[in-house]
Amino acid sequence: MNRELKRVSLAVLIMFIALFASTTVISVFQVDNLRNDAHNVRTIYDSYSAERGPILVGGQPIAQSTPSTDAYKFQRVYSNPQVYSAVTGYYTLNQGNSGVEGALNDYLSGTANDQFLDKVNSLLTGQSPKGAAVSLTIDPRIQQAAWDALGTHTGAIVALNPKTGAILAMVSKTAYDPNVLASHNTKDVIAAYKQLIASPQRPLLNRAIGGDLYHPGSVFKIVVASAAIDSGKFTADSAFPNPATLRLTGTNTFINNAEGGTCGGTPTATIATALRLSCNIPMAQLGSALGSSTISKYASAFGYGQKLGIPMRVTPSIYPLNTDAARVELSSFGQDEDRVTPLQVAMTSAAIANGGDLMKPTLIQQIAAPDLTVIQPFQQVSLGHPITAATSATMTQLMVADVATGAANNARIVGVDVAGKTGTAQNGVGRPYTVWFTGFAPANDPQVAIAVVVENNTSFGNAVAAPMAKSVIQAVLSK
Amino acid sequence: MTASDTASTTRLGRPAGPAIDAGARATFTNTIRLRLRVPAKLRNLELVLLIFGIVIVVFAIGLVQLGALGTLFPHMLELGGALGVLVIALHIVLRFAAPQADPFIVPVAFVLNGIGIAEIYRIDIAKKFTGWEGAGARQIAWTGMAIVLAMAVILIIRNHRVLQRYRYVAMFVGIVLLLLPMLPGIGQTVNGARLWIHIGGFQFQPGELAKIALAVFFAGYLVTARDSLSMVGRKILGIRFPRARDLGPILVIWAAAMSVLIFQHDLGTALLYFGLFLVMIYVATGRISWVILGLGLFVGGAVAAGQSLSYVHARFAAWLDAFNPQIYGAPGGSYQLVQGLFGLAHGGLVGTGLGQGRPTIVPLAESDYIIASLGEELGLVGLFAILALYLVFVSRGFRIGFAGQDDFGRLLGVGLAFTIALQTFIVIGGVTRVIPLTGLTTPFLAAGGSSLVANWIIAALLLRLSDSVRNQSNLVVQT
Repeated sequence: MNRELKRVSLAVLIMFIALFASTTVISVFQVDNLRNDAHNVRTIYDSYSAERGPILVGGQPIAQSTPSTDAYKFQRVYSNPQVYSAVTGYYTLNQGNSGVEGALNDYLSGTANDQFLDKVNSLLTGQSPKGAAVSLTIDPRIQQAAWDALGTHTGAIVALNPKTGAILAMVSKTAYDPNVLASHNTKDVIAAYKQLIASPQRPLLNRAIGGDLYHPGSVFKIVVASAAIDSGKFTADSAFPNPATLRLTGTNTFINNAEGGTCGGTPTATIATALRLSCNIPMAQLGSALGSSTISKYASAFGYGQKLGIPMRVTPSIYPLNTDAARVELSSFGQDEDRVTPLQVAMTSAAIANGGDLMKPTLIQQIAAPDLTVIQPFQQVSLGHPITAATSATMTQLMVADVATGAANNARIVGVDVAGKTGTAQNGVGRPYTVWFTGFAPANDPQVAIAVVVENNTSFGNAVAAPMAKSVIQAVLSK
Repeated sequence: MTASDTASTTRLGRPAGPAIDAGARATFTNTIRLRLRVPAKLRNLELVLLIFGIVIVVFAIGLVQLGALGTLFPHMLELGGALGVLVIALHIVLRFAAPQADPFIVPVAFVLNGIGIAEIYRIDIAKKFTGWEGAGARQIAWTGMAIVLAMAVILIIRNHRVLQRYRYVAMFVGIVLLLLPMLPGIGQTVNGARLWIHIGGFQFQPGELAKIALAVFFAGYLVTARDSLSMVGRKILGIRFPRARDLGPILVIWAAAMSVLIFQHDLGTALLYFGLFLVMIYVATGRISWVILGLGLFVGGAVAAGQSLSYVHARFAAWLDAFNPQIYGAPGGSYQLVQGLFGLAHGGLVGTGLGQGRPTIVPLAESDYIIASLGEELGLVGLFAILALYLVFVSRGFRIGFAGQDDFGRLLGVGLAFTIALQTFIVIGGVTRVIPLTGLTTPFLAAGGSSLVANWIIAALLLRLSDSVRNQSNLVVQT
């Protein structure tokens, strides 16, 4: 009987070894596969039950997680949601996220590598894990001023501190309320999302940094003028023939100046005059003389075609390298295939404002762990010097003149030198314009560089966008 | 006699006789049995282990409250403590009624039972069940009842050999219990399996008790019949096969197992009884031919059932192809299996901590799937500890088989221990995909009164058997 008993004991032992092995395989070797399985709702629950860090503006939360009684433990709540929707983005249960919520998800949820020790710590102390708090560079007063300035228009406003790259305001309209997407009822979220996607106003687009991009129109002239002067081949006083119409090289298409007629009524027009009065014909001739590759080189230096994260990914703006003479002429005053984000336009002004030093724009003031230790401080990064200090001084003069006595006079502020440039980009025959203003102020000690864009307008940049910029600049300067 | 046997008293075969009678009887019967009172080393060891076990259980309940509720509620801790008092009472009963019983059985059973209560209570909290609505409170009541029954078994059955006399009664009782749920009126189908009887608001799974009755029958029957079963028969290919008339009992048991499989829809129970029978017949006769024959019959029956019974087929499909979306989503598919694996993976190596996982995502988290719940919250480490406890329990039963004096006791000890081992393997193996999933309860851990009562009775019988092992091996002196 003992022989049989030994065999049965062995069989029992093998049965238990099989169980030790099977549990080990599941809990150790298959863990990652199982955790990442699409059916595994625990993983989703988990990412929501850590207290997600807040997004702060001026010390106040614009997005925060408040305790909830359901399985997710926390509910994401946005205050002043529409005003900040372009900044915060949205955060959904399982339909993805966007904006700062998306770009800094690792930090906010507490899973970033920098927070590993915090995670270990909370595991050991038994405290529930918390995400990091993200403080933004946005100034709530300026943001509100930009929001108010845009009014009922569709468009965007970006304001930067040209000396540091800190983004002071970023507004995109039509906006949306991210709270509707933060619901824990997936059906509601999907319905709300579908509605937002289907809306012709396309509220989910962050027009300041993404979307379909805009024709820059005349605001691109500051890139061409900067390139011309900085290249040393031209000065602000270099003159070009001044006809009332110009036939594009090799075509039967004629172009006009925006106001019609010649540029200032003189036989020749200087770069200074062309910029001040925003004339197309002299700029087309300048672009032709300068050459597409030179313009392209400067455009790249200003940030066109470059990858950028603020921390959200910014769609690169486009200045296409043209070989066709007519297209070189057209693209020299911001038409043809030129495409920009408002942020790129603001960056161009900011570089000119900052003595030619282009600062990397960013929204992150600092990222702080729950115990208030700073994980990531403000990072001031130079993206290089697209133009020299001398060029920037010249360009500043030209842009100040544009506001003081030129086509951008609606941005004038008493007692302050505002540098600016308007734009009214055509989007095709019979279609409304994209109107612009970009600039900075005060010219002698720039505190803010700004870009304003308004979609689908039948008026001019100076009439629509310049007053908006003015009120934002006033909000900055009245601090 | 060893040195430790110093404090010995001399008595007659019948206990508690007055001292004067003793001498008279001794001369009359010419037999003196020396009952030796040794210092209760085994019981003292048991007491130390039990106190340790009670601390573990009360701690586990406390951790559940801290993890799931954040505070301690004395009420549940008091109930846990009350069970501790009850199990100490069992310990005291053993000191008098079975002083030489194995010291590991009660502590191991109590710790498993207590950890089960803590986890069931934890699931009640998640499901917001309170009072008698909660499976945890009911489990505590059942545990109390089961421990009292265990005491009764130890007190009533003072000599296990009595059981051998009632082997055919046991067979009858076992088969009646097994088939009881098929009776219309009281039988009840739960989750597709007809394993329950329902009398006046009171649910019971008689099959759990049937396994004890059948183990008693098998042991008694095989001890008397083993010679005819093992010695006679025709040799085919070197293996001696039994005579046709000896095949009777195996066919009866096979038929009973198949009827459970077919009419009660319970693969696990059928496997358990048939496995028990095969192991006991193998140990008793030493004939591997019985095992081959039996396995052949069972596998043949199961395969036939798999072809014709949809639920068996579904179990196999879910086992082999659990992550197939069609099987995952099908009713009776692999949803529970896969969610259980997710739970185990969620726990990983060290678990989420008691009260801090999400075990309720898995259906039947408190009964069939308690092992996945515990795996999630206690991790692989906890599962290993639980498996080790089962191994200790089973090995103590097998020890009776090796060291016992009478073949009936040895066979019964092995049989009872093997039911625990096999049941553990079938359940945990099913949850961890070693074998197809079947609906058995995890001994001592899972919610369910019938299972608890049956397992504590098994523990009591093993205690009684082990007491006789000790008694006979070194304490009886005959003159």
